Amino acid sequence: MYTQGLNTKEAHSSSPADAAREARFQARIDEDEKIEPNDWMPAAYRRTLVRQISQHAHSEIVGMLPEGNWITRAPTLRRKAALLAKVQDEGGHGLYLYAAAETLDVTREELVEQLLTGKAKYSSIFNYPTLTWADIGAIGWLVDGAAIMNQIPLCRCSFGPYARAMIRICKEESFHQRQGYEIMSTLARGTPEQKSMAQDALDRWWWPSLMMFGPSDKESQHSDTSMRWKIKRFSNDDLRQKFVDATVPQGHALGLVFPDAQLKWNEAAARFDFGPIDWEEFRQVVSGNGPCSKDRMRARRKAHDEGAWVREAAMAHAAKLQSREVAAKLAAE
Amino acid sequence: MTEANWPLFEVFIRSRGGMSHRHVGSLHAVDAEMALQNARDVYTRRGEGLSIWVVPSSAIKASDPGDKEMLFEPANSKIYRHPTFYKVPKDVGHM
Ligand SMILES: [Fe+2]
Ligand SMILES: [Fe+2]
Repeated sequence: MYTQGLNTKEAHSSSPADAAREARFQARIDEDEKIEPNDWMPAAYRRTLVRQISQHAHSEIVGMLPEGNWITRAPTLRRKAALLAKVQDEGGHGLYLYAAAETLDVTREELVEQLLTGKAKYSSIFNYPTLTWADIGAIGWLVDGAAIMNQIPLCRCSFGPYARAMIRICKEESFHQRQGYEIMSTLARGTPEQKSMAQDALDRWWWPSLMMFGPSDKESQHSDTSMRWKIKRFSNDDLRQKFVDATVPQGHALGLVFPDAQLKWNEAAARFDFGPIDWEEFRQVVSGNGPCSKDRMRARRKAHDEGAWVREAAMAHAAKLQSREVAAKLAAE
Repeated sequence: MTEANWPLFEVFIRSRGGMSHRHVGSLHAVDAEMALQNARDVYTRRGEGLSIWVVPSSAIKASDPGDKEMLFEPANSKIYRHPTFYKVPKDVGHM
């Protein structure tokens, strides 16, 4: 979306002129105007967005791995076609988001390098293993469900290219969640073994899904400025609560039990109360010590390294075609 | 990373017959041919288009946001360019 070549890097200092520009910038955001790549923006706004959008992109790309694991073993052709389409969508989401990040004056290569060297983070959820087919159902239902909860407000984000990418993504996500729920409901209404597979997947994916919303509001570092800049519209805890309230009845409808003894409808507050999250597990997984963290990075690096000759050959081929074209033109003259 | 970066292309799609092509996003490709193929995979997985244009991003010259007022403000005061500026007698009916 637009070209990074059009962006000029700002020299950032805290001169009075900058304070005035920053006030004007904030006023535009308060007016709900969209900020576009060539507009002036504070360096910290640019940095925050590059970090957030690229993390988001990396998550889509790494997120293809746990589900890709089951494409060849999907139980029917219908399920296989749907899963293939879903995983392909996630690749597309990664591309829309990288393109949005690139409008902020970073190159795709820099971003990919940050992922492959472990400098950049991606969502903790993709560091868990997909052990059974039911996990594919649980991921679509819970993980994509949580992602949708998080992404809908981002469609109104103040940065134009990010907001537009999110609109495209949200349109595609709802199929992901529905196909996951369909898998879960088929299993939950199947044989006792199938039902217990569904229950087992819920047991393992529920808490990691709640962790997807990030640290609790008391500990989240970037929230205040992100809210002021309208990069974020709701706090982590608010979104997590919304997700719980929307998802618990869907699980009950399948006759499944959530792995939380404290989960209970709170009539007065009109919401579900739920038990404490294991933040130590979250910290471990985010810092690269999740059950599959090493595998995921290894798989990404392998794909990148083994694809290098294809990228080089494509460039060489394009250069050859171009020089032939030039030669043919000269010969014709 | 020693590889050369792939050029960036802007993608425009005609969503329905009779509509103009509209900017939908961008992608990297080694040349225009590959950009078309990739645009088809990335931006038209659900019948979003009937026709695709790809343009090297470097070929686009954009107006400077700093010139916004100079360029577009003058039009605001020229309300006589709009039909509602003119009075037509009621008995003439719709015009
Ligand atoms: Fe996605
Ligand atoms: Fe998804």
